[in-house]
Amino acid sequence: MDKKKVNKKSIAELIIVILLIFSAAYVLFVGVSVGMYDIGKVENTIKYGLDLTGGVNVVLEATGTDGQAVTSDEIDSTISTIRERIDSIGVSEPTITKQGDNRIRVSIPSVTDQEEALSLIGKTAQLEFVGPDDTVILTGNDVVDSKGVMQTDSSGVEKPVVTLKFSEEGTKLFADATQKYLGQVIYIKLDDQIISQPTVNVAITNGEAVIEGQASLDEAGNLASLIRGGALPVTLEPVEVRTIGPTLGQDSLTDTYFACIVGVIAVFAFMLLAYRGFGFLADLALTIYIVLLLLIMTSLNVTLTLPGIAGLILTVGMAVDANVLIFERIKDESRLGKSLLTAIDNGFKRAMSTIIDSNATVLIAGFVLFFMGSGSVQGFAVTLILGTLVSMFTAIVITKHLIKILVKTGLINNNAFYGL
Amino acid sequence: MKKDLKVAENVKIWFGISLVLMTISLGSLLIQGLNFGIDFVGGTIVNIELHTTFENADARAIIDKYDPSADVTYAGDEQTQVVITSKENFSTEDRQAIFTAFQEKYNLETTDLLSIDTVNPSIGAEATNNAILAVIVAVGLMLLYITFRFEFVSGITAILALIHDVIVVVGVYSLFQIQVNSPFIAAILTVLGYSIMDTVVVFDRVRENRPKFGKYAYGELLDASVTQTMRRSINTSISTFLAIAALYFFGVPAIQDFALPLMVGVVIGTYSSIFNAGALWYVISVQLHKRKMKPTTKKA
Repeated sequence: MDKKKVNKKSIAELIIVILLIFSAAYVLFVGVSVGMYDIGKVENTIKYGLDLTGGVNVVLEATGTDGQAVTSDEIDSTISTIRERIDSIGVSEPTITKQGDNRIRVSIPSVTDQEEALSLIGKTAQLEFVGPDDTVILTGNDVVDSKGVMQTDSSGVEKPVVTLKFSEEGTKLFADATQKYLGQVIYIKLDDQIISQPTVNVAITNGEAVIEGQASLDEAGNLASLIRGGALPVTLEPVEVRTIGPTLGQDSLTDTYFACIVGVIAVFAFMLLAYRGFGFLADLALTIYIVLLLLIMTSLNVTLTLPGIAGLILTVGMAVDANVLIFERIKDESRLGKSLLTAIDNGFKRAMSTIIDSNATVLIAGFVLFFMGSGSVQGFAVTLILGTLVSMFTAIVITKHLIKILVKTGLINNNAFYGL
Repeated sequence: MKKDLKVAENVKIWFGISLVLMTISLGSLLIQGLNFGIDFVGGTIVNIELHTTFENADARAIIDKYDPSADVTYAGDEQTQVVITSKENFSTEDRQAIFTAFQEKYNLETTDLLSIDTVNPSIGAEATNNAILAVIVAVGLMLLYITFRFEFVSGITAILALIHDVIVVVGVYSLFQIQVNSPFIAAILTVLGYSIMDTVVVFDRVRENRPKFGKYAYGELLDASVTQTMRRSINTSISTFLAIAALYFFGVPAIQDFALPLMVGVVIGTYSSIFNAGALWYVISVQLHKRKMKPTTKKA
């Protein structure tokens, strides 16, 4: 054995690697801004689930209005109508997805007025003008535009109203009806509920009308956007509603973040204690693991949910496993009297099949969860799968190189350092 | 050299311990059953920040109009949050009316409505079926994988050990009356994955050591393999356990409900991979060998 021969090249390599790891971790967790470039910390760039930011998550079940099965076209047009409605209240990035044959999942992040959003999403919004003799004069389909505005009424008071502009055909229908029912009451119904019942004073031929009786300009605006978006072709019933206020979401995030840091530090300390020099290398590899995993999650735009974080921390524990497997093998090999470098090579080789088989079974569980679960369970599955894959990579590729570099530096030739 | 552990010799002790654990679990399941949350049975949970402690009767007065059987509990660091749990699946209008009533009484902002969860019972039934199906599919696929990579006896014993682990973890849910919601499925499947990972590591050693031992020296083969993998099993368990324990002690309630069964799962999975899967493998292998030998001895 070459005694105390210090390899300067390897030392430089080791120092550079360690510096790189720590600067990557620093950028990731603290963020830097150099001139015009601003790399935000990962805490702010990663996409959080509704349970961490607050928001509304609702699953709607559609039934055909005429009692028939819901077609895929109807669902698609329902989805686009819902999207228009949500856009109209100025909410950012709603996620609307089809679930199964007849369900729609709508997720809206960071809504302050959760129930308002909900009541807007699920309404069929079938607008009808009905004569006193119960005949339908025209419907929302005949409306081409609608707005919520303030209008001064006959007594000079400003009131919020919803304006309606009819199509050419609607204009004619409305003109005929107002002529016919002059002096009588016309009912304006929304989803079979009377929302206004004006008396016809004069035949209206310009194709415009207003709906009075709005409590506020906001309410008028909402009704106008419902009417503009048109009626849904199906009846929707919310079968699952989860709303989380922004305060609760933020609290959960802070607490969980802290818990994660404690967990990771505990694992780091344990590895150092149990494996000394190798433990330090494993901690470096774990740091790389965490940095890589977070980067991948950010770039794949994976949504981090509360169960997802639990999955993440669980994979940290499991990432350790691959390292432990390798270290124990190296120890076995060196007990057989092999030199350190040979023991490392053989140890890795022997640990490989174990790592692959054991991780494959975890991946099976992860994929089953992903394909059969929904919502929060899927979030957990995604982090479990990504975490398992990345941990295999860091353990097999990165830990190995780190160990080799360290041994080659010749700095430490004392087996006790490696816990051997 | 350390002496090998005596796993094969003491099979009865290991099975005895497992039997006791399973009896406790199944007993608790029979007596108190599981505390199913709204994800599985449907219902509504409304959580509102009132910024002040409140009289239960005041909250009741508001709720009783909608569901007199609803539970009203406190939450939050200073007990200023009201949590209403109902088996009813409130309509949007009802939920709005409930919050408005609280809003008027306690002078609240709209952001004080912390969370609402409503699940239709039909979705709940679906969730239950999906959960059971997911476990069966996962177990089936694992059995296939192990049979393919190892042997059928290993596969079967690994699955038996898994069933034991799942029973014990479900028992924890029952014993502590932890609410069974969708994270439950994730917890069970994680324990499945983790436990099988441990078992695979043991069987992997058995597979590797096989040529070094006599063809039918099952006991010696198992003892040597378990002894060699013991340190790794324990160290991995400790580190995973530490990570989850941090979540349990510092996390939010939603995470705690998930972390506790996982903590038990990690410990039980490790125990089970060595003493159940290993010991069962030994017993079955010996039995199969005896049965194979019988006809030949008769002829002779």
